[in-house]
Amino acid sequence: MVNTLPALVIIVPLLAALMVAAAGFIDKRACFPVAVAALSVSFLGAAALLVQVVNTGLAIEYRFAGWAAPMGIVYVIDHLSALVLVVITAVSLVNLVSSKQTIHREFADKEGAFISLYVLFTAGLIGMTATGDAFNLYVLLEIASLSGYALIGLGKARAPLATLNYLFLGTIGATFYLLGVGYLYIATGSLNMADLAAILPGMKDSGIVLFAFIIMLSGLFVKMALFPVHGWLPGAYSQSSSAAAGLIAPLTTKVTVYIMVRICLNLFSVDYTFHQLNVSDFLVWVAIATIVFGSLSALAQTDYKKMLTYIIIAEVGYMVGGFFLGNRMGMSGAILHIVNDAVMTLCLFMAAGIFLWKTGSEERGDLKGLFGSMPFTMAGFVLAGLSIIGVPPTCGFFSKWYLVSGGIAAGQYAFVAALLFSSLVNAVLFFRLFEISYFEPFIDHHHGSDDGGGHGGAGAVIQEAPMAMLVPFLFVSIMLLVLGIYSGRIVTNIIHFAIPAGVI
Amino acid sequence: MTMETVLSVKPFLAVLVSLVVIPFIVVSRNQNLRESWTFIAGTIKFLLVLSMLPLVLKGKVIEYTVVQIFPDLGIAFRVDAFGMLFALVASSLWIVTSIYSLGYMRSLDEHSQTRYYSFFAVALSATIGVAFSANLLTLYLFYEMLSLATYPLVTHHQDRSARTSGRKYLFYILGGSIGLALPAMLITYHFTGTLDFAAHGVMAGHINSGLALVLSLMFLFGFAKVGIMPMHSWLPAAMVAPTPVSALLHAVAVVKVGAFSVVRVFTGIVGVDTLATFHINGIICAIASITVVVASLIALSQDELKRRLAFSTIGQLSYIVLGIGLLSASGMTGGMLHIAMHAFGKITLFFCAGAIFCATGIKNISQMKGIGRQMPITMTAFLIGSLSVVGLPPGGGFISKWYLVMGTIESGQMLLLLVLLGSSFLNAAYFFPVFYNAFFLSDPEMTFENRVEEAPIWCVVPLTITAGISMVLFFYPQPFLNLAKLAVQSINGG
Repeated sequence: MVNTLPALVIIVPLLAALMVAAAGFIDKRACFPVAVAALSVSFLGAAALLVQVVNTGLAIEYRFAGWAAPMGIVYVIDHLSALVLVVITAVSLVNLVSSKQTIHREFADKEGAFISLYVLFTAGLIGMTATGDAFNLYVLLEIASLSGYALIGLGKARAPLATLNYLFLGTIGATFYLLGVGYLYIATGSLNMADLAAILPGMKDSGIVLFAFIIMLSGLFVKMALFPVHGWLPGAYSQSSSAAAGLIAPLTTKVTVYIMVRICLNLFSVDYTFHQLNVSDFLVWVAIATIVFGSLSALAQTDYKKMLTYIIIAEVGYMVGGFFLGNRMGMSGAILHIVNDAVMTLCLFMAAGIFLWKTGSEERGDLKGLFGSMPFTMAGFVLAGLSIIGVPPTCGFFSKWYLVSGGIAAGQYAFVAALLFSSLVNAVLFFRLFEISYFEPFIDHHHGSDDGGGHGGAGAVIQEAPMAMLVPFLFVSIMLLVLGIYSGRIVTNIIHFAIPAGVI
Repeated sequence: MTMETVLSVKPFLAVLVSLVVIPFIVVSRNQNLRESWTFIAGTIKFLLVLSMLPLVLKGKVIEYTVVQIFPDLGIAFRVDAFGMLFALVASSLWIVTSIYSLGYMRSLDEHSQTRYYSFFAVALSATIGVAFSANLLTLYLFYEMLSLATYPLVTHHQDRSARTSGRKYLFYILGGSIGLALPAMLITYHFTGTLDFAAHGVMAGHINSGLALVLSLMFLFGFAKVGIMPMHSWLPAAMVAPTPVSALLHAVAVVKVGAFSVVRVFTGIVGVDTLATFHINGIICAIASITVVVASLIALSQDELKRRLAFSTIGQLSYIVLGIGLLSASGMTGGMLHIAMHAFGKITLFFCAGAIFCATGIKNISQMKGIGRQMPITMTAFLIGSLSVVGLPPGGGFISKWYLVMGTIESGQMLLLLVLLGSSFLNAAYFFPVFYNAFFLSDPEMTFENRVEEAPIWCVVPLTITAGISMVLFFYPQPFLNLAKLAVQSINGG
């Protein structure tokens, strides 16, 4: 029996995107349930695939329309892509469920369009992850990018400008990638990744291949907002609506990092990336610069959503640096961080969404008194902050555990120092927010519990976020702990198999 | 020497019990009901710890693995003599402190008491977690949990000075643990492949002398709760907290978790042999001695009673480090024993400071002239507490200092002997004037015109209890002394 799950995982959301768009004209109330149902199917499919791959230890290949590789398009679900698929579908689903009210409030007349784009974007990411064809990847990259531009453009007043900026740079990135694919096609006559991986070792001294490698990677760096080509990200993410930011911010950079890992490991091979070319040291230094730049820029922000966007940039540095350390620990850390950072970022942006919903502002000064009025939300937010800082047993700690260990094993102490520096800066960033919401507004007398003054005293009035937002948010924040506890098992049972045996 | 191991879930339960009651503390509508949950948890915790004592005294070890995170490393507990010593101190004093909290917080009508009791419970879970940790990862986890649980307690008043102190607290404590202890732990793991505490440490044969020295110092300064200078200044700042917090957390739990972690890492990870062969212990002793002397000198000049006590604590903590640095059996015994002895003495002193504040609103020593005649019970307890901390009979502190002094003689460190004796004089010099002013001034010199009552009964009872225990420990130091000796045996034996 042919395993049709890989097709199901992408085709269901792809078709659902069309259905939602159509439903938008007929009955707006139908949009949301259709989208949730489609993403649920996709998530369950992805989870089932992951279980299958882990149990059998074999990759699952699906040929579209039955055409065999290298002519037809194949989807390859191995340990790595199955893991990332689960992350994409889960993040997308949870964020959509929690955003029902915000979408309704912010896009009253465009609900259908927004949800349709939302599902289409997810389908694009799923396809990028699952495909085993270098050109097909470009097509899906553009599907995700274009729907992403539209999603962000539907945001605040200045969103269209930020989107234009993103569109310019994003298109350059995507085009670079396409150019690379073109060169590879010229050199080898193939677009299938497995096929390419078999052909390329024979032509490792070819200048065309080298150029293809460089330009593909450069394109991806633009897409993942590596310093110094990060300029589009802070504006685009901070200007977008809560619902869009909660989808795009956790996933885009992470999926791009995944593509980088995939191309370096499975297309060009470890031997080519790390031994033939002498770029890994340079790229680790770029990652260090990204981490330091991202952290310092985050310190300068007074708008908390903008602060989060710079943290994302620093986290991209974690993953790129960890991967190019070139050892098993570092790569495990980078891949584990794809998972962990997606969940952490989702958690933070969901919190930002709740704050915006309650306070109507994204200035950090307006967070005052929140510990008193929203104790549950703040508990989740504290958990997310601790995870970004890297306090055990949250998942952020264990990402750092692998990344720092990888840095020590590779003798890259500058990278280790950058990670610790970033942890300390994150501590400052988050405790600054905690302080505002815990101490302010100041009261002169601290005895007695007459009015509480928003201090969580007996007099403080609890005004939590709506249940539909709060419950998914708390679920995600608890996931930070669960993922932390299971980090070791995720690495030994899944990520271990995603890294070629030659890497120690 | 191989130790017999017993598998039991008890250590995990002892950690968990104070976390489990938090929901009950939060939902309790009635104050008395809320506080009774704290007492229930405290009693169960203490009994659980106590129930493991006989096995430990027989030289057995109790183990329990909660979850295996990495193939060879997880969150795991291991109760040995040293951990038991600390757990006994912390869990028994939590009950006493809870009685004291009852009197103090209610008489001052503090706000947010539910939050206060909840985070106190978290802090105690973390403390017992540190005491029973089987490996450095588990210890680090609970160490950080304690750092974070203490933050809302330190900043309880939520005013500007609380915020400033809270920042200082986080800067040193989190900065130290993330910036120094965490990388030191990972470097150790990379080179040795294990983080389990072993009787002789794990570094021998894996790490060269330079790296061992660097790592030891990273641990010593990274675990900033031990307050080794220059990582000490969070402690005086943290005195803005309500007094029960200062008492339990900054005389017993938090600071002793720092001392405990340092001792654990020096013996269980670095290893006493490594300390000796690479001559790291000399450097540790030097650093500790400087802290002892300088902190005592600073304490002399402090007028605010709690700040004087804070600097005294900084000095006393370094005795513990010094004891381990001596590497002689008596020195190490003295250092470990000092964790217990100092705890009972110092908590008494903090209780007294709080009782004075409750009754009179006075914080400064210069204003306490003649207070002894108004508050005789409190000030007598103060005398006993200070005797113990100075190291004079009939205070329990005499026993630990005796072993420390013996330790310096055993290792032939006459200079350190001088440090110990000299600093004891300084201790006396900063405590006895308080007592003298309280009782022995002539009538015209006294500043108390209005008659003051003793503090509420719930404040006075605990300080009487701890002062009593301090004295009892002078005559019967056995439970703690035997545990400390057992712990040293397992390090030196084999």
